[in-house]
Amino acid sequence: MKPKKRRLVIILAGLSLFGLATGLVLAAFDEGVTYFYSPTDLVEKQVPQGRMLRIGGLVEEESLVRGEGLTVTFRVTDLAESVPVQYSGILPDLFREGQGVVAVGKLEQDGVFVASEVLAKHDENYMPPEAAEALKKAGQWTEGDGQ
Amino acid sequence: MIAEIGHYALIMTVFVVLIQATLPLWGAKQGNAGLMALAKPAAQLQLLLVLVAFLALTYLFVTSDFSVAVVAQNSHSAKPMLYKVSGVWGNHEGSMLLWILILAIFGAGVATFGRNLPASLRARVLAVQAMIALGFLAFIVATSNPFERIIPPPLDGSGLNPLLQDPGLAFHPPFLYLGYVGFSMAFSFAVAALIEGRVDAAWARWVRPWTLAAWCNLTLGIALGSWWAYYELGWGGWWFWDPVENASFMPWLAGTALLHSAIVVEKRDALKSWTILLAIITFSLSLIGTFLVRSGVLTSVHAFATDPTRGVFILALLVIAIGGSLTLYALRGPALKATGTFAPISREGGLVLNNFLLSIVTATVFIGTLYPLFIDAIGAPKLSVGAPYFNATFWPFMVPLLAAAPMGAILAWKRGDLLGVLQRLWFAAGAALVVLLVVWYVKFGGPILAVFGMALATWLVVGALVELAERLKLFRIPLADSLHRARNLPRAAYGMTLAHAGVGIVVAGIVGSSAWQVEAIQIMHPGETAEVAGYQLTLEEVSEVQGPNYTSQQGTFLVSRAGSEVVRLYPEKRNYPVQRMPTTESGIHTTLFADLYTALGDRQTDGGWSVRIYYNPLVPWLWAGAIFMVIGGVVSLTDRRYRVGAPTRRRAVKALPTGSAPAGT
Repeated sequence: MKPKKRRLVIILAGLSLFGLATGLVLAAFDEGVTYFYSPTDLVEKQVPQGRMLRIGGLVEEESLVRGEGLTVTFRVTDLAESVPVQYSGILPDLFREGQGVVAVGKLEQDGVFVASEVLAKHDENYMPPEAAEALKKAGQWTEGDGQ
Repeated sequence: MIAEIGHYALIMTVFVVLIQATLPLWGAKQGNAGLMALAKPAAQLQLLLVLVAFLALTYLFVTSDFSVAVVAQNSHSAKPMLYKVSGVWGNHEGSMLLWILILAIFGAGVATFGRNLPASLRARVLAVQAMIALGFLAFIVATSNPFERIIPPPLDGSGLNPLLQDPGLAFHPPFLYLGYVGFSMAFSFAVAALIEGRVDAAWARWVRPWTLAAWCNLTLGIALGSWWAYYELGWGGWWFWDPVENASFMPWLAGTALLHSAIVVEKRDALKSWTILLAIITFSLSLIGTFLVRSGVLTSVHAFATDPTRGVFILALLVIAIGGSLTLYALRGPALKATGTFAPISREGGLVLNNFLLSIVTATVFIGTLYPLFIDAIGAPKLSVGAPYFNATFWPFMVPLLAAAPMGAILAWKRGDLLGVLQRLWFAAGAALVVLLVVWYVKFGGPILAVFGMALATWLVVGALVELAERLKLFRIPLADSLHRARNLPRAAYGMTLAHAGVGIVVAGIVGSSAWQVEAIQIMHPGETAEVAGYQLTLEEVSEVQGPNYTSQQGTFLVSRAGSEVVRLYPEKRNYPVQRMPTTESGIHTTLFADLYTALGDRQTDGGWSVRIYYNPLVPWLWAGAIFMVIGGVVSLTDRRYRVGAPTRRRAVKALPTGSAPAGT
């Protein structure tokens, strides 16, 4: 095979792989992307039901019920609105009332957010960016807080 | 006093590095041997100064000098010694100092052992290396001085994050950084070659060991991090496609591609321009990884507190390093002429396919990791990209790559015979088919894809062994002759066999743990028994235990199988009073084929405990496979080829016993 033709074969193979990759990426985005909502968004906006989404904010004080079976309930607040969250499983170590939290799950018919994953944080001073975002949107956050 | 010495050493380093980055480069351009020779003592002095700074910080941590801000914020007098030392890099400032130290070690390594490098290439490599060091030193001195004092000093420190007080994580950052920074060598060589305008087999022989060393460390670092997440976070999982994980995985993927393409440059004098580009990309991804983790732009299960002003600084460094090197590549890259030609079906063709697929996978991971940041930057609604995306884009390219690997390794250089290769691999294909049928028959209730996954893993492992047997002409010539061939076979060949087999073992681990994991989350009271995957686990008691700097609720599980006692597991819920922070310690029983995994959750108001019990098939194989890959890399590093042309003095190294090599020379 002539070097020119060889190069053509390689370039064509590369391009077709690239095309395939682009197609797969676009298709996978459809399924793999979860949008972020603040508690205010959930109350005010139309939120698609049955779709995976993420919410963030603070764990509302005195809303946490744990130790009564496997299902844990608490409320996530951006200090303007709050949503009830239900989670079956074991909470992360640093999950505490008054702290930043991000939950991944679905919003049910009755307005309860059923979480399949709850992310807190790795250290004392860390605030998940999405939790900070929710507070910012609700006007309850000034730059420099919590850092 | 010690802190001031450290700080002073750092500032001195800035001046040394300034000289190292400029004069040798100018000397190489002018052909001035004196200026070029400056690079060597400068690189060695740089190492000495950074070492002084690093040891000073270590001393401050070990002696718990709380008048230094970093020590006060990240250490505590009651902490065990191991974690006082690992606390040095368990924080932002110290970890950046470690980054620089490793950079200086690599640079001094080239300066000291690079006697057989052309003088101008060595001068340029060290100058580029110094530029990288300059960027990071400026970063440390300007935004993250580890030696800053606080007045008045606190009585005691606030302690290291308890999650980091763990042997697995104590050594995770150094290995990760050895990997990241090791790729800086490939980058410096690439940029130096672009300035030089010449890439040849000797260049590739110089780049490959550095890349290989970096790759081994990165592999080990990623494996340690994954292992830590597995036993420490208490979720039973080991990989979450989390942005912080991806940040270290991208340079690994690109580095793996670089390892393979450098072989083609060395052996066949082809793919030069591509290899240079890959070296630039690999190190750029290392820088991006550092940026992602250090800047705090990510929502991650692994995120730690960060300071946004630092992110801007690293971003600027990124733009200069990546933009500068790519511009240089655009200007000088086309001048690199390759002489080697090859047919599409050949060893080179196989390695090109490897590079195609690895690059595409790197790109898809990159898009998935960076897309949320991009969306956030343009002000669109916040979103995140999760595991379904990564699984859907990673495996369609990874599976063909893994399926092709045993074939590529057997194909001849220049022009190969695919049919002949397949004939020689019949044994591997047969073994894969047997495993496929056996797994299908037993099934374990797993999905059909898992059946093929196990067959793929077998194909990889047996294929790697068949390739070795082919080289030795095992069973085709008398055994004594085969053994003779075994002695003369280059170490790199053994390295490849070990590494490819390791990949196969990892694949088996991935398939097993994701397809056949058994999970039981339930409330248990002391005395109750749970049944998981044929094991009976009885929660005997939960008692209070006192550790060196924590208190712990320790559960005792009696594990038995078919009526006979197997083991007792002790999962813990620890509480670190200094940080007022709990951590979970899982209790794991490891066998050859599976892990039995227990973790304690919340105490119930009625005296029970929520517990997680997992049966994780083949998870130990993940770690074993990673170790095989690393050993393969190390064995390959000892190949004589990399010492050819070295002065006789260094031949003495060969006389040392190398235990890890299957057949020492």
